[in-house]
Amino acid sequence: MSVDTKIAFDQDYIKSFSEKRQEPKWMESLRLKALEKSENLPMPKPDKTKIDKWNFTSFKHDVPADAISSLDDLPKDVRELVAKDQQSGNLLVHRNSTPVFHQLSEELKEQGVIFTDIQTALQEHGDLVEKYFMKDVMKVDENRLTAVHAALLNGGTFLYVPRNVEVDVPVQALYWQEDPEAGLFNHVIIVAEDNSSVTYVENYLSYGNDEESVANIIAEVHVGQNARVTFGSVDNFSKGVTTYVNRRANVARDGKVDWALAQMNDGNTVSTNTTHLIGDGSNADSKTVTIGRGDQKQNFTNQIIHHGKNSEGMLLVHGVQKDSASAIFNGVTKIEHGAAKSNGEQTQRVLMMNEKARGDANPILLIDEDDVMAGHAASVGKVDPIQLYYLQSRGISRHEAERLIIHGFLAPVINELPIEGVRKRAVEVTEGKVN
Amino acid sequence: MAASTLKIENLHVSIEGKEILKGLNLEINGGEIHAVMGPNGTGKSTLASAIMGHPKYEITEGSVFLDNEDVLEMEVDERAKAGLFLAMQYPSEVSGVTNADFLRSAINARREEGDEISLMKFIKKLDKKMAELDMGEEFAQRYLNEGFSGGEKKRNEILQLMMLEPKIAVLDEIDSGLDIDALKVVSKGVNAMRSDDFGCLIITHYQRLLNYITPDKVHVMMQGRIVKSGGAELAQRLESEGYDWIKQELGIKDETVGQEA
Ligand SMILES: Nc1ncnc2c1ncn2[C@@H]1O[C@H](COP(=O)(O)OP(=O)(O)O)[C@@H](O)[C@H]1O
Ligand SMILES: [Mg+2]
Repeated sequence: MSVDTKIAFDQDYIKSFSEKRQEPKWMESLRLKALEKSENLPMPKPDKTKIDKWNFTSFKHDVPADAISSLDDLPKDVRELVAKDQQSGNLLVHRNSTPVFHQLSEELKEQGVIFTDIQTALQEHGDLVEKYFMKDVMKVDENRLTAVHAALLNGGTFLYVPRNVEVDVPVQALYWQEDPEAGLFNHVIIVAEDNSSVTYVENYLSYGNDEESVANIIAEVHVGQNARVTFGSVDNFSKGVTTYVNRRANVARDGKVDWALAQMNDGNTVSTNTTHLIGDGSNADSKTVTIGRGDQKQNFTNQIIHHGKNSEGMLLVHGVQKDSASAIFNGVTKIEHGAAKSNGEQTQRVLMMNEKARGDANPILLIDEDDVMAGHAASVGKVDPIQLYYLQSRGISRHEAERLIIHGFLAPVINELPIEGVRKRAVEVTEGKVN
Repeated sequence: MAASTLKIENLHVSIEGKEILKGLNLEINGGEIHAVMGPNGTGKSTLASAIMGHPKYEITEGSVFLDNEDVLEMEVDERAKAGLFLAMQYPSEVSGVTNADFLRSAINARREEGDEISLMKFIKKLDKKMAELDMGEEFAQRYLNEGFSGGEKKRNEILQLMMLEPKIAVLDEIDSGLDIDALKVVSKGVNAMRSDDFGCLIITHYQRLLNYITPDKVHVMMQGRIVKSGGAELAQRLESEGYDWIKQELGIKDETVGQEA
């Protein structure tokens, strides 16, 4: 495995890549600056996980992919990811980071909704994208990987919902890495203007065993005043893929974001999910489930930062660790000075299925304001042998008993995921991981 | 299905290095109901746990056979599939797993792949048995034993018994914590199981339950052994006179485990 953390792409490559994609000038220069910065920026330092030996440099960047003419061209298991109610709805399919299928209902188009791949968005709505691209929510130079992300961006989605528009069917983006060595530098921007609402669901998947690759994913969510965004994801990268994923939202007054994240990768993963509750009365609800297996190492930082008064944040994380997998769960509730009458709650639970599995849950409460409510619960435990005995005493095999216990442990979160498609898929992926 | 026999010979069981059962013999045949009675701490639950294969109990000597199968060689789930059942004194709670899903897994575990019970058939059977036990429909969708009262857990154990139809069942203090109405319901459930193909060992320290389920044989347990056996009348004598006369008869001062005669 490569331990070199410098990527092997130069200014000329980036320039011609940007040109080939017919991007606006600002994007080209943003990429070039990002590339330059990336060389001196430090790697991210997730709390309690060392990532310096992880592969962030070995991947293919520009992998061609044929367009598909209908969903029937997709392999069966990819096709099955398309939600039933999505077949004539709002769908975007990426294949090796290239958009190959796109559908948006006329009704939404007429209402001014933009739902398109990031490449098209840069070409057709360059000014709008520029307004939001790594400006307020994320910054290019947060660390080396955010800069590399900007330099090498090769896929993604732009979803824009104008004021007062309520999108009542979910929009779905499917990122299918057909070539297990194809690197994915995926950028998602969601803009929900004031009083709008939208549900976005994304599925990541790759096949392969030990083929090395990298997924570097950033999602920026702008929730306007009194707007509501529900963001669902099922991440399912294969074992050889190292994932850096950073999903972040800024929420304005009385806005709300719901995160429903099924983080089911099989490779090493460092994930951050952040909500800034900027406006008074803003609200975030973040739910995450994950299963680690094999010798996978993962780090999950889930945080809600309260700036506005009367803001409310709820974090819920359930993680199962199998085999010799290890994971760190950092739950951060931060209440800034001035965020009076805010309420921040978090619960993190980790279940370890055997002796070699490791899990750590760190509740971190940073409270800079007196007049608030905050609470946390964290538990880490091994599967109860008496529970297994009880189930087995009814004829259920050890394996099946573990399966039931894992499903049961994740159920309180999975059942609460606000999107049916994500819920179903989370159960299916869980099933695949426990069998 | 022919009647089965559970044969326990010279069973010695230790927990954390301490010997609890010290040479216990017992034979239960299909069609028979046995009661094991005894004060607290005499090893009754240890016997039940050892039969089922509880991970904390170590068998140091002796044998347990179900017909010609060596029970002690089997994994816990294999024992169940061979036809054993234990209604536990303290059933576990399993969060997130509904009673119905759990029971269906348990039923299917004893069937061949491809021959799983149909959902319709399962629901019909479950509804019927729950009705017999006066259990509300909501129990099917509640998480396994989670937040159940003591009495609800006991009923749920009997529900499992009725759904799984074992050859030999051990019921460990299925009566404790039940009011008289619940006791009647639970007894009705057990009596409904009565047949030549079903053998049962009822563990209790009250005679009360035996007013509703008449045992064929009654055994008294003290100091990790069966010290006296008889018919249903033995239970009645215990009810009216307590255990002291047995202790006197056998010269036992302290009946709990660890005290020598
Ligand atoms: N988990 C355990 N650890 C240590 N000692 C135990 C444990 N379970 C039971 N014992 C001991 O074994 C003896 C018999 O217990 P048990 O079989 O539960 O009795 P009974 O069911 O007749 O009340 C008691 O002395 C009890 O203290
Ligand atoms: Mg007992």
